Amino acid sequence: MSEQTPLLRLENLCKDYGQGMILHHLNLDIYPGEFLTLLGPSGCGKTTTLRMIAGLESVTEGRVWLEGRDITGLPPEKRPLNTVFQSYALFPHMNVFQNIAYGLKVRGIKKPEQKQRVEEALRLVRLSGYEKRMPAQLSGGQRQRVAIARAAVLRPKVLLLDEPLGALDLKLRQQMQTELKRMQQEMGITFLYITHDQEEALNMSTRIVILREGRVEQIGTPEEVYEHPQTLFAAGFIGQSNLLRGEVTAVHPENRFTLRVEDVELPVLSDRPFAVDDRAVLCLRPQRVRYGFQPQHQMELQGVIRQKYYSGGMQHTLIALSDRVTVKAVTQASEMDQFQIGDRVYVGWNQTHAPMVPDEKLDEKLDSEAAGEGQG
Amino acid sequence: MNRKDKRFALLLKLPLYLWTVLFVLAAMGYVIALSLQGRGELIGVSGQWTLDNYARLREPQYFQVLVNSLRLAALTTLFCALIGYPFGYLMARLKPASRSIVTMLLVVPFWTNSLIRIYGWRILLIGNGPINTLLMNLGWIQQPLKLLNTEGAVFLGMVYALVPFMILPSSTAVEKLDDSVVEAARDLGASPLHAFFTVTVPLTLSGLMAGCVLVFIPSTGLFFLNDLLGGSKTMLAGNLIQSLMKSRDLPMASALSVLMLAVTGAVIALYRRAGGDADGLGLF
Repeated sequence: MSEQTPLLRLENLCKDYGQGMILHHLNLDIYPGEFLTLLGPSGCGKTTTLRMIAGLESVTEGRVWLEGRDITGLPPEKRPLNTVFQSYALFPHMNVFQNIAYGLKVRGIKKPEQKQRVEEALRLVRLSGYEKRMPAQLSGGQRQRVAIARAAVLRPKVLLLDEPLGALDLKLRQQMQTELKRMQQEMGITFLYITHDQEEALNMSTRIVILREGRVEQIGTPEEVYEHPQTLFAAGFIGQSNLLRGEVTAVHPENRFTLRVEDVELPVLSDRPFAVDDRAVLCLRPQRVRYGFQPQHQMELQGVIRQKYYSGGMQHTLIALSDRVTVKAVTQASEMDQFQIGDRVYVGWNQTHAPMVPDEKLDEKLDSEAAGEGQG
Repeated sequence: MNRKDKRFALLLKLPLYLWTVLFVLAAMGYVIALSLQGRGELIGVSGQWTLDNYARLREPQYFQVLVNSLRLAALTTLFCALIGYPFGYLMARLKPASRSIVTMLLVVPFWTNSLIRIYGWRILLIGNGPINTLLMNLGWIQQPLKLLNTEGAVFLGMVYALVPFMILPSSTAVEKLDDSVVEAARDLGASPLHAFFTVTVPLTLSGLMAGCVLVFIPSTGLFFLNDLLGGSKTMLAGNLIQSLMKSRDLPMASALSVLMLAVTGAVIALYRRAGGDADGLGLF
């Protein structure tokens, strides 16, 4: 992708409301056709970033480039970008047609074309026939669709979506995720999406930017950020992980290390330059943990099954590697009938799928969030 | 609620009902009854039921006064809207601390008797008052301008006295407006001015309408303003009622009062029909 010219470039973008930096020197290139997600907990600066791109918020430092043109100082109405607001922000005094036609009317587009484009947009969001309804007569999901249609009808270079599914219930949210992907493909518009929901980000994005306290933690495809988290925060925030904290006790050839976690020594494969005595965390996805009565390849540890429970077609098993170290494994439920609590088993995992990241002090809230994800 | 609670609730509401019946309904009934009487020497009424008083309202001497009153009220309302709505809009955009200071500055004068405040205007506008002195010292005028005892002075006093009633509901309506709706308009390509007229104004119209009602209704009745600043040159409905009372023509004064009451009622009905909220008329 790097050979392409970026559609939107954020260069050294900073925001300071006068009470400390909200966003620290964000550099980001967005390419045509991407579904790029800014992911992070509340207060990480993702909405501020979006508002600066839209022109709704002033830029403290840095530049916003669109197709090689500096748009940093342009007011929102002069930017070929449109926003789907978190609260939808539909005009309550206009019906669905008038809402969607608003931008077309401002641009002086003739009535017949307005009508045709509004109809097209309504077809896209599957709300044909709702032209005469007022926003107050629509359900949350329908308002959401109108908000998307209203922004998309102007065929923006980039569609900015600020947690558009945040106010919807779980089932509707999952349904809308698929819908949004479909709409993006049909429209062929670049999406810049904001969410604090990691699952949403993993499901929809072509690339994810993980933000924490105004700084980028990691940029990558969903697969990259899921399989190869670069930081402890990224590992904790995305998906479930066994986060095994310890220190490096030995460095071996070929990127091999030994990590001591409490009283257990674990073999680790990492292409990062760790040294002896470094504090580090092994991020182990429960789905990657394998165990059985017979020692197989990459199953050189031993443990005791402590707990088993069934959830959503999957078998969750807690295996104690020692009195103080326990890992969680998740497997297909049907395979699991042979194991009982108290059974001694061989345990292991493919080390290329268990990245090690430097340990760091996350602030209390984030720490518990990361820990919660790890155990939950 | 059981029966005992219900009885207790009724007891609590009783003073309210009593007040309404005694001082609103009974008083209004009394005025209406008076307006349907002929004029009498001894007790002020003749004891004969008649519609004559209402018929006489069409006579030029009365009719002209009504037209004058309503014209002045309409003009006052228009000017208050032109000044008060933008003022209220800007006020709502202030930071909360500055906004409460401005609100204070608007409300504090109300703690002074309005007669005293209007006397203040008399002093300002009088022939050798500060305004004329200033203009003469600046050399802009040679002779003192006649400012006091003009229709203009009455109009000025009206706008001065009533503009807060336009500002406060307008400001409240703008404050309640969801900023993101205006942002959405800008995002969709509207200039600040276009967004203001297509989104902000329609969505804060309720405040503007409430302000218009709150200004229009008292402006038909501020007769003392006309006395103090206009020298009673043009008679307004309030002055006429007052002078009819003085000349002990209670039935005619009542008929005129009933008519003004009907006008007021019509304005409120119009406001309600246009979707206005009764609570919007509660100021604070």
